[in-house]
Amino acid sequence: MTASVAGATAPRARLARTARDAAVTLPFFGYLTVFLFLPTVIVIVGAFRNRDGGFTLDGVSKLFTPATGQIFLTTAWLSLASALIGAVVGAVAAYALSTVPLTSPLRRVYTAVSSVLAQFGGVMLAFAFISVLGKNGNFTRLMADAFGATVPGDFLTSVPGLIVVYCYFQIPLMIIVFLPAVDGLRQEWRDATENLGGSTWTFWSRVAGPILLPSFLGSFLLLFANAFSAYATAAALISQRTIIVPMAIEGAIRNENDTGMDSYAQALAAGMIVVIAVVMALYAALQRRAGRWTR
Amino acid sequence: MSRAATKRARQRWLRVVVLGLVGAFLAYPLYALAEFSVRFPLTGNYSVDAWTRLFGAGDGARLQPLYTGLINSLGIAALTLTMMFVLLLPTMVWVRLRLPRLSRVVEFVCLLPLTLPAIVLVVGLVPVYRFIATQVLDTHAIWLSFAYVVLVLPFAYRALDSGLSAIDLGTLVAAARSMGASWPTVIGRVLLPNLRGAVASAAFISIAVVLGEFTIARMLARENLQTGVMLVNQAAPQVAAAVSLLTLLFGIALLVGLSYVTTPHRAKKRS
Repeated sequence: MTASVAGATAPRARLARTARDAAVTLPFFGYLTVFLFLPTVIVIVGAFRNRDGGFTLDGVSKLFTPATGQIFLTTAWLSLASALIGAVVGAVAAYALSTVPLTSPLRRVYTAVSSVLAQFGGVMLAFAFISVLGKNGNFTRLMADAFGATVPGDFLTSVPGLIVVYCYFQIPLMIIVFLPAVDGLRQEWRDATENLGGSTWTFWSRVAGPILLPSFLGSFLLLFANAFSAYATAAALISQRTIIVPMAIEGAIRNENDTGMDSYAQALAAGMIVVIAVVMALYAALQRRAGRWTR
Repeated sequence: MSRAATKRARQRWLRVVVLGLVGAFLAYPLYALAEFSVRFPLTGNYSVDAWTRLFGAGDGARLQPLYTGLINSLGIAALTLTMMFVLLLPTMVWVRLRLPRLSRVVEFVCLLPLTLPAIVLVVGLVPVYRFIATQVLDTHAIWLSFAYVVLVLPFAYRALDSGLSAIDLGTLVAAARSMGASWPTVIGRVLLPNLRGAVASAAFISIAVVLGEFTIARMLARENLQTGVMLVNQAAPQVAAAVSLLTLLFGIALLVGLSYVTTPHRAKKRS
């Protein structure tokens, strides 16, 4: 309707109309310019500027020192391990959950719990794990009473400890992002496999496996990016040391003595953007492949 | 028949074992949190002291950061929701009706914050907030809402998008407009009632995000619920555990309630 009316009027009027139509979206894009695009630009440009606004590679060059490299490696290792465990366990759980009817209370509670733990927990998850594995934690006491085994006092602040805690939001995240994919598995495909003489193994290895693989890898990348950007949980557990990139950023922002630290923080943040951008580009490519089977 | 029956039995067995194990892993820390909040660490005695202190019996001074944080977070949630709906809903409606070519752009932009870590965003927000605090407004925590609108955008967008896809937007708007309704009337009295589920969904998820947010508040040195819990944890860890548990359970309750709003009665049959 709009098109036919616009087509009948002169091009000038059409242009004016388009401009007026576009103007309505200005508040939205204006707001995002200030609070989303501008901060991103500040980070990327700031990585190459010193306090006086001149060009510098100081911040970026600090990225390639052994200490910073080690922090990036630790973060990557932590993200990789927790994403792997989370993806495998979460995928199996998502499949099991997909066999439960959509409206059953079990499924509603399960997805709600997963959603909260995966996305909104942060600090609270850290406290939960202190009450499990801390000095007076439930599990610590259980181990001590039953087997006389002690959980090391610094377990929660070590990388293996962080992996365990991270799994507590990675597994739920996998459940909610992978559930739509396993929900899309059709009974007909299973029936067809059976009618053609295929076993359950055939179904999983030759039919469902290849269909789910892109979604699985995509979800895995999402989990990796999620762990890579997580800050709150680690910050609540570890106060003195800097072991992951977000903590290094915090240290650099809060440092008031060294003015060069501003550009270091921005360079670290830009480094994170690069890592996440690569991961998300891969994710988008996989998503396109997965999309073939989701309609 | 028996083969199908064994298969079903096996599937049921798998479901029980897997969901049971994973469920135990997810529930155990919540249980431990509850136990931690009532168990005195040194003696092992149990008391509900932390809970009575939390609900106002004395100790106000030590728990002050918590109350301040909670009040701030509630205010922030209200302002964030208002701004989010005012910015997002009319834009989404307008783009669907008049600028369909822009819809991919709006979608991309709305989902962008999902991929931008909060810790990265806050590095860029520091100068923006420095300007806001000194030139425009003040350092009050409520202005965290500006950043939180960006954080809740992906969740709100997805909720509203599925809601808008489910109604016949063009017809509704054309009907209302031809009866002489103004645009505010169209959105407030025609579209909103038809989008109740989607709006509730966007609101619930946004509230959960705001109540759980820590990174930005901490880096900008503003007080919200999470930074309050963090502070109180040093003086009164049991109270912090109680608050954490309550907040998590509140979030879970919100989302369970939400699932009844969005998929109310009978299931769509799984194909």
